[in-house]
Amino acid sequence: MAVVETRNLTKKFGTFSALSGVDLSVDKGEVYGFIGPNGAGKSTTIRILLGLLKASSGDAAIFGMDAWRDAVEIHKRLAYVPGDVNLWPNLTGGEVIDLFLKLRGSEKNSKRDEMIERFQLDPTKKCRTYSKGNRQKVALVSAFSAQADLYILDEPTSGLDPLMEKVFQECVMDVKEAGGSVILSSHILSEVEKLCDRVGIIREGTMIETGTLKELRHLTRTSLLVETAEKMGDLEMLKGVHGSEWKGNIVQFQADSEEIGSIMEYVSRFGVIRIESAPPTLEDLFMRHYETQPSQPRGK
Amino acid sequence: MKNRLFQHTGQLVLFLLKRDRFVIPIWIMGILFFTYSVAAVFPDLYQTAEERQSIAATMNNPAIIAMVGPGYGLDNYTPGAMMAHQMLLFTAIAAAIMSILLVTRHLRADEEEGRIELIRSFPVGRLANISASFIVLTFVNVALALIIGFGLAVMKIESMDLEGSLLYGAAIGAGGFIFTGLTAIFNQLTQNARSALGLSFSALGGFYLLRALGDIDQSGLSWFSPFGYVTGTKVYVENDWLPIFAAAGIGLFFAAAAFYLQSIRDLDTGFLPAGKGREKANKTLLSPIGLTFRLQRTGFICWTAGMFILGISYGAVLGDLESFFQDVDLMKNMLVPVEGYTLTEQFLPMLLSVMAMMGTIPVLMSVLKLAGEEKKGRAENIYSLAISRNRYLWSHIFLALISALFMLLAMAIGLWFAAAAVMEEPFQLSTIFRGAFAFLPALLLMISISVLLVGISAKYGALTWIYLLYSFIVVYLGNLLQFPDWMSKLSPYGYIPQIPVESMDYPAAIMMTIIAALIMVTGTFFYNKRDISG
Repeated sequence: MAVVETRNLTKKFGTFSALSGVDLSVDKGEVYGFIGPNGAGKSTTIRILLGLLKASSGDAAIFGMDAWRDAVEIHKRLAYVPGDVNLWPNLTGGEVIDLFLKLRGSEKNSKRDEMIERFQLDPTKKCRTYSKGNRQKVALVSAFSAQADLYILDEPTSGLDPLMEKVFQECVMDVKEAGGSVILSSHILSEVEKLCDRVGIIREGTMIETGTLKELRHLTRTSLLVETAEKMGDLEMLKGVHGSEWKGNIVQFQADSEEIGSIMEYVSRFGVIRIESAPPTLEDLFMRHYETQPSQPRGK
Repeated sequence: MKNRLFQHTGQLVLFLLKRDRFVIPIWIMGILFFTYSVAAVFPDLYQTAEERQSIAATMNNPAIIAMVGPGYGLDNYTPGAMMAHQMLLFTAIAAAIMSILLVTRHLRADEEEGRIELIRSFPVGRLANISASFIVLTFVNVALALIIGFGLAVMKIESMDLEGSLLYGAAIGAGGFIFTGLTAIFNQLTQNARSALGLSFSALGGFYLLRALGDIDQSGLSWFSPFGYVTGTKVYVENDWLPIFAAAGIGLFFAAAAFYLQSIRDLDTGFLPAGKGREKANKTLLSPIGLTFRLQRTGFICWTAGMFILGISYGAVLGDLESFFQDVDLMKNMLVPVEGYTLTEQFLPMLLSVMAMMGTIPVLMSVLKLAGEEKKGRAENIYSLAISRNRYLWSHIFLALISALFMLLAMAIGLWFAAAAVMEEPFQLSTIFRGAFAFLPALLLMISISVLLVGISAKYGALTWIYLLYSFIVVYLGNLLQFPDWMSKLSPYGYIPQIPVESMDYPAAIMMTIIAALIMVTGTFFYNKRDISG
């Protein structure tokens, strides 16, 4: 059974539709990457899942319970890290961590000190003196100290340095190993690629693509640079070749992943001297969606 | 070498003035407006020498001396003497507060925010910023002194001559100048602006109390307080300039100390150890109500103390009220005499209603804190944990109720305390308590209205203040301005019986309490239905 399941989730703010018919499901032990540009509806979806916002229509269920009605029960087994962590300026980081752990209902917090150590947080400082990254650490420490079954992480690493990002990735992997589920909304695509089993792409309030990274590869293009002994013919004639640029016998272009075989076959006839390729990234996938699907005006 | 420490001070002065181009004029205009309006009203309020003498008779009791300083020139209580005696100290405190805020803004706050680091990366002297801040503050205080001085002189009020008026302004400026230096020292000691402000305001309060003690027992203790120098000038009567020169010397001494401390310390450090905070939370914090109380603790303590002091200061005037009312025509309009009761007894409900409305402010703040937390994106922290809307909302309501009880208690005790000291036949403690707690249903209704508004949307909570302001205007000024009766009946305070002149109206109190409860439940219902913004 899915840990998180939304069906036809719709949210209107006045006449503006922030979400229209979002279907999303996360299985047990799965790390789900939730990507999309700013204002696409990631945070709105998450805030409905947390019971902070009430869906205009559709269902949102976590652990088989209603996200709005049973919020308190659900939250005993859930940990949340917001993208913008707002803390109380006159409490210390340590006090906030203890408060969060206690108000989630977990009595024992054997992992608290270990997590503070791993994220290298000074818990004796007042929150007013923390940088954005340190405030995020407070939220991350309190989340990963909890033995939750579901972690909802909304762009949790935007203020962390690369070392801390690595610690964060280890923590996510630990959760996965322990059988926990994770929803990770992110702008850092390499992070999503590294951690996520499945990815959902949201844009203007609608899920436009869901699947494993492998399934989504058909949408991506590989960037190729080829130098041949003989000058090649017009590459653009071939199916799946885009944006070729010539410099003598060197050509640089993008190739649709599904056409790569036939392109290689053609290129090899001209005596390949050098070939460089960059693997498809989620960034390309992201960009491609913007090219192929013109944005529709929303609202009203 | 020496002058490199001050490199580009001049440019920084212009820069600071530019940054403060709104703040400084607002402060100066505010203090000026306050001074002028009082100066303009006093001659009308007390038109004859007899009226003024009757006030003068009330000025020699310890409570008044503690509040505004020792009376002088009471034999011939001219408008000038009256103005200087009753207003000068408070105006000087306003100038001190202005100086504390402005100095800290340019010294520790700028350093804490990293702006000084940026400035110092330019070829700017190490002492340039503190020098520029002092120059600006000196300029502001001198300007304030001159504007007030000449401004009062040109009003041509009897007994307020040019020399006296200039001294009046100078005493205000002197207060600001001393606190400029003192605050600059505190800014060297602490590592953040908040602590520097805390120390400075504590010093302000401490020096005010020191002067109060010194003025009462006349032991000369007042000369250890900057405010002793302000009242020591005896403006418009003796016009003593000596305290002003002494104050200037003290201010310069403080300034020199601040410069020295600044010159020997590293950027972003302070001389007081920063002090580590708690690594682990105290158990009392770990609940919604514990958190809510902790966040409001400082405000709660300050308001309780403030209500107590308000009670004392109102109580202090009760002793001489009868003669006051007989001699001052304006005041007669505020009270319609009732057979069988003294004027003091009739005046008590009005005092209590004003104080009860003041006491409503912290009570409403307790409820509106919930809306504030939501707007600052911190309610989302709590609601992403296993805490229900009801639990967090009612934590705030509960604290508001406790706060209501404490505010009424503090003001009643303060009032009784002072009244017992100054009145020949003081009120019974129970009379004051019954009068004060009669306002509880009104406070409950105000709480319930704020709960309803916050329940509908965090944005609407602040509308409660407008309702409180309306209540204040119709209930306090209603008699004076002869408003129709129904206007005060639109405010919960308009239904409170005038104890001891009227007797307690239990049916009305019970009815108001029930209505308040119903509105609170309705507010809770809406709050459970709506989105939490963030």
